[in-house]
Amino acid sequence: MIEPSFLFGQFLGGLTTAMFLFLIASGLSLVFGVMRVLNFAHGSFYMIGAYLAWQVVQWVAPAPGNFWLAVVAAALGVALLGGVVERLLLRHLYGREELYQLLFTYALVLILGDAAKAIWGTRQLSVSRPPLLSGGIELLGSTLPTYNLFIMLVGPAIAIAVWLLLTRSTAGRMVRAAALDREMLGALGANVGAIYTGMFVVSSFLAGLSGALVTPIESIVPGMDVEIIVEAFIVVVIGGLGSFWGTFWGSMIYGQVLSFGILIFPSFSIFSVFALMAVILIVRPWGLFGRPLR
Amino acid sequence: MKPPATPLAFRVPWTLIVFLAALSVPWIGSRYETFLGTQIAIDALFAVSLNLLLGTTGLVSFGHVAYFGIGAYVCGILMKTYGMPFAVALPAAALGAAVFALVFGFFCVRLTRIYFAMLTLAFSQIVWAICFKWNDVTGGDQGLPDVPYPDISWMSAIPGLDHLRVADRFYVLTLIVVCLSLAAVRRIIASPFGRMLTAIRENPERAAFVGVDVRSYELAAFVVAGSFAGIAGALFGIFNRGVFADYVYWPKSAEVMIMTILGGIDYFWGPVVGAATLVLLNQEITSYTEYWPLVLGIILLVLLFAFPGGIVGGIAGGLARLNRRMGRRADA
Repeated sequence: MIEPSFLFGQFLGGLTTAMFLFLIASGLSLVFGVMRVLNFAHGSFYMIGAYLAWQVVQWVAPAPGNFWLAVVAAALGVALLGGVVERLLLRHLYGREELYQLLFTYALVLILGDAAKAIWGTRQLSVSRPPLLSGGIELLGSTLPTYNLFIMLVGPAIAIAVWLLLTRSTAGRMVRAAALDREMLGALGANVGAIYTGMFVVSSFLAGLSGALVTPIESIVPGMDVEIIVEAFIVVVIGGLGSFWGTFWGSMIYGQVLSFGILIFPSFSIFSVFALMAVILIVRPWGLFGRPLR
Repeated sequence: MKPPATPLAFRVPWTLIVFLAALSVPWIGSRYETFLGTQIAIDALFAVSLNLLLGTTGLVSFGHVAYFGIGAYVCGILMKTYGMPFAVALPAAALGAAVFALVFGFFCVRLTRIYFAMLTLAFSQIVWAICFKWNDVTGGDQGLPDVPYPDISWMSAIPGLDHLRVADRFYVLTLIVVCLSLAAVRRIIASPFGRMLTAIRENPERAAFVGVDVRSYELAAFVVAGSFAGIAGALFGIFNRGVFADYVYWPKSAEVMIMTILGGIDYFWGPVVGAATLVLLNQEITSYTEYWPLVLGIILLVLLFAFPGGIVGGIAGGLARLNRRMGRRADA
């Protein structure tokens, strides 16, 4: 018989994974929802965010409080990078077939991956947890690091913030209109180009933010970009590409399937999430919470 | 206006010349050049098989590497674990890849565009996860090292081949298999079936409207493309002296797609040119720097923004312009 506290520990582990992935995948889903671009480079932005955070911590010396400075700086840096990429390059490919947009973002994966290698090398880097969150708390018999708890709260907080932004503000209404009918919105005099740039910047910001926030719990290594983008893809496919709440529930399902899948099929848990993704694509290609395209 | 004369370039039997030139590599080239030749031949077949979907049928498969990998594993397992001869293992690899392509493709062709691409990717990752974890059969993360060379001692009976090294003989064998496969793909594309695939690419709704069963044709194309990818994979496993889970990881799908587009998806020979270019560039550049992905990314950017038709598309466009200019001059 398995201890209930052990199961609860697995559940908490799954929840931490889920909330992290949600932060990453929400940016991916937003860009697809509005711009119909499947951004392979989202994982690369995440990785650059992690490296930037490490770099800033090195520059300003690891004093208390500097971690938060590094997180903000990294997120803003990646947001800037995203804006430049969209303005200078991606913008010229909107009229082309999806294949070319896919390959463009894949070119970014190659370039950013090697650029990170050239700048920061191939050794593992890490950032220590901010002192404020370095402890742990007892919860129903299992210990949860305070930092993980913080992540679990930050994930939904950002979800609600973005959701409010997308439903209550004028800018948000514009974004939703652009997702529904780009040409009509343009004909009505809205600057669709600026909306697209804005979306890409917000999405890159979220990627950079999650990359910076992951540094205290995972080491920063080359290859983290390719690994995370696959996970983020699974999440958005399960929940529904372009659906914000779908991404939330997609992350929850992914986190728990991975966490409990390990108990049932120890070596095939990664297989189980791919299988889940395939089944969802077969039965409901637009995901559990998404709407069919066109 | 008189019809333009056929340019000289089209009367030269280029296919034969390229084949003979490729065949002569073990005799006139170095061991290293034979090595490159084998790699180019295998990649060319892989890219041509992808282009049957990408260029001919208009299906963007982002998981084509699955069938390459299945071919490699089937051939490798049969030859290494069960000691089967190559003459059995190669058709088995093609068949194995075809069976998987049939099962996966059955679901994939029900989806359109971006969803099709994602489901092909999902299936290829499932294959990767199985290959990576199923230690007993695939060797898991250790892979399947030391796949034996096929028994090609019969070649020594042929005059001229008797003094060749085993790697050179394998190159000759690879070249023959690849050329026969390319000829088969070419016949398929030129057949009524191939014409129908092109019609589907151009306008699937209209094709469906005149009574074509679009899904069945797409599935058939998927299976054919998968089985040729399987043949390429089987050859690659032997060439690389082992089969590893890396073969099936998704960036490989992107790599073969880059090859295909680099050469030009609108031309039969495009993927072949793309494969040769990429293999040679890779060898050249990796001797200077370890940052090959960076260079590949930049090549891809230049391709997307400046030469969407690929190398062959660019050359064909240039030739057409040249011909028009010559024609005008002749008229004047």
